[in-house]
Amino acid sequence: MKRKKTDILLAGVGGQGIISIAAVIAYAALKKGLHIKQSEVHGMSQRGGAVQSHLRISDDIIYSDLLSEGNTDLLLSVEPLEAVRYLPYLSSTGRIVTAVNPFVNIDDYPPMEIIEQQLAMRGRCVFVDAAALAKQAGNPKTTNMVMLGAASFFTGIEAELFKDAIHEIFAERGQQTIDMNINAFQLGNEFAAASGRL
Amino acid sequence: MTAQLLLGAEAVGQGAMDAGISGAYAYPGTPATEITEFIQNSKQAQMMGIRAAWSTNEKTAYEAALGMSFAGKRSIVSMKHVGLNVAADAFINSAITGVRGGLVITVADDPSMHSSQNEQDSRAYAKFAMVPALEPANQQELYDAMFHAFELSENLRLPVMVRITTRLSHSRSGVVRRAPVSQNPLNPETDPNRFVLVPMNARVQYASLLEKQPSLVALSTVSPMNALSYATDNRSLGIIACGIGYNYVMETLQSQSLNISVCKVGQYPLSMSVVDPFIAQHDSILVVEEGYPIYEELLGGLQNTGKIRGRLTGTLPRMGELNPNTVKQAICGVTESKSPIEDPPMTALMPVPTRPPQLCTGCSHIDLFNALNAVLCNVEERHVFSDIGCYALGALPPFNSLQTCVDMGASVTMAKGAADAGLRPAVCVIGDSTFTHSGMTGLLDAVNDQTSMTVIISDNFTIAMTGGQPSAATNRLRDICLGLGVSSEHLRIIVPLARNHDENVAVLKEEFAYEGVSVIIAQRECIQAAKRNKKLLQKK
Repeated sequence: MKRKKTDILLAGVGGQGIISIAAVIAYAALKKGLHIKQSEVHGMSQRGGAVQSHLRISDDIIYSDLLSEGNTDLLLSVEPLEAVRYLPYLSSTGRIVTAVNPFVNIDDYPPMEIIEQQLAMRGRCVFVDAAALAKQAGNPKTTNMVMLGAASFFTGIEAELFKDAIHEIFAERGQQTIDMNINAFQLGNEFAAASGRL
Repeated sequence: MTAQLLLGAEAVGQGAMDAGISGAYAYPGTPATEITEFIQNSKQAQMMGIRAAWSTNEKTAYEAALGMSFAGKRSIVSMKHVGLNVAADAFINSAITGVRGGLVITVADDPSMHSSQNEQDSRAYAKFAMVPALEPANQQELYDAMFHAFELSENLRLPVMVRITTRLSHSRSGVVRRAPVSQNPLNPETDPNRFVLVPMNARVQYASLLEKQPSLVALSTVSPMNALSYATDNRSLGIIACGIGYNYVMETLQSQSLNISVCKVGQYPLSMSVVDPFIAQHDSILVVEEGYPIYEELLGGLQNTGKIRGRLTGTLPRMGELNPNTVKQAICGVTESKSPIEDPPMTALMPVPTRPPQLCTGCSHIDLFNALNAVLCNVEERHVFSDIGCYALGALPPFNSLQTCVDMGASVTMAKGAADAGLRPAVCVIGDSTFTHSGMTGLLDAVNDQTSMTVIISDNFTIAMTGGQPSAATNRLRDICLGLGVSSEHLRIIVPLARNHDENVAVLKEEFAYEGVSVIIAQRECIQAAKRNKKLLQKK
């Protein structure tokens, strides 16, 4: 039997909530009885710099904590330029789900058309106006859960399991935070479903 | 028990608690910080009365852990790799005294220098101190290794090192716990000589350490951390894989369906009875170790005939951390199989601009650097000595304010040496926690020598870079400086805010002109810590 695996690269800028996305997916995968490895970088690289997390889910033993270049199934980015940065990791059949909202803290930030063009050349993309959907969900900080909702179709994990995981991960921050994040996940999920890009 | 998701660092913390520690000692440092934070935040630690507050530096942490061991209880001390340089005196000599209660030192190395100034390999320190070192490959092994390490430590009466690296420390996976072991009772050392390392005792103790070495090797031979798998009908290549390197090897064998023998080494000193027969049965050997090529060099010898390959022979990169791609390329290169990568890496056509880390908007260091630059803009030879912390980012554009960042506390003492050489103004910038870690003694040197220099303590009331741990001497820095002999006229306090810019520039100018030791404490709370504290207050 061929083993089922999903290799996911999460990208963004420090402070955008990449680690929370990773925590929610990992929790849901564990609930589903799958093997998981999820690596992230802490420390100095957090501060406004490029941040990534490697997430691996499989029904078989996983050895490497890191993804291999050219083998990643899903590139999930909360920031468009950061999606371009990790294109070398994407497999030929890999999918890209990215927010279209640029985080500009560098002088040589490329034009958005070029970024979208680069991404579209490399794989099938779902572009999400995550900032607008997060605002609609009630808090701009829920951008990360909007993106998880949009990308959830490519993870092999059911939306309901993600919602349970959101309850669990945000439990300490109160019901209002949980509701907003669930709402954000749902909006992202519906947007992707209606996008015709699945 | 069901598996719980733990970072490697958290697996260390959980493993140590379950293995019956009475104390955890550490100074924060990436990638080791989360070990101690996990224990601090754990209800189990509170219930069991495990002490886990931060120490002032790695040396004080190590010595306190040794003291707890002297009293008969188990203790863990954790640090990043360069922290062991600070604790090295205590570490090396604790191998000579030996221990009573189990003492485990967990060192987190940072190959590729994600958050560090070098990629030194702590296994070399274990070899130097002649103590056992364990090198687990995954989170479960890491958890289990804590039990093994404490048993080894008490059986051998030696400190035991557990060596991890960034990727293991900061990667999560499922961990299944064991039944916890209860803490040791108070049972202090009774031997009147063992811990008194005057030369006549030290010679006896050193001889005893040397006598233990064959048993260390024998224990490595039967270590549960090793694993051996022989490939059927393939004796051309054998792989010796250490620690996390094993994961990348197995990833390659799994994804490429390769049939190659693997000898996993997880405990040092290296046992030749483990690797000798393995080497003899294969035509060529690839050594895959994360960090320095310590065991490749040992096995290959000075006249390597080419049988042993690895980082030294260029089969693997000499520097930087390993990853699945470099290991796959090395294995495919040695086996001369065509690189069977299904999906060739795709590179973006466009060069992607880098996004280096930056100081946070509103950070107090920014206003300090603006004032510093305003004072020094007309000084042709600008030399500001600095230190380890967020403020080291002041060396980068747009500030370009700092010219050194070497090791904890070096700003003060390097400024002193430069002042001695005649450099004016001799200025250093150091954070509050770095100052108490290793800057205070340097300031005492400057006071005793009446050196013409200015020490700026950028005091943001926290250890910011590692996530906001409490700083050792918040609200006591002024008293410490006065106590060290800095005169009160030249001990100035400023608040780095844009609206105070002119006033702050004037203070800096005055003190830079003073021929003697001056200290300026630039005090304003870390913007991230302020946000967190505000949230905490709202909760209450």
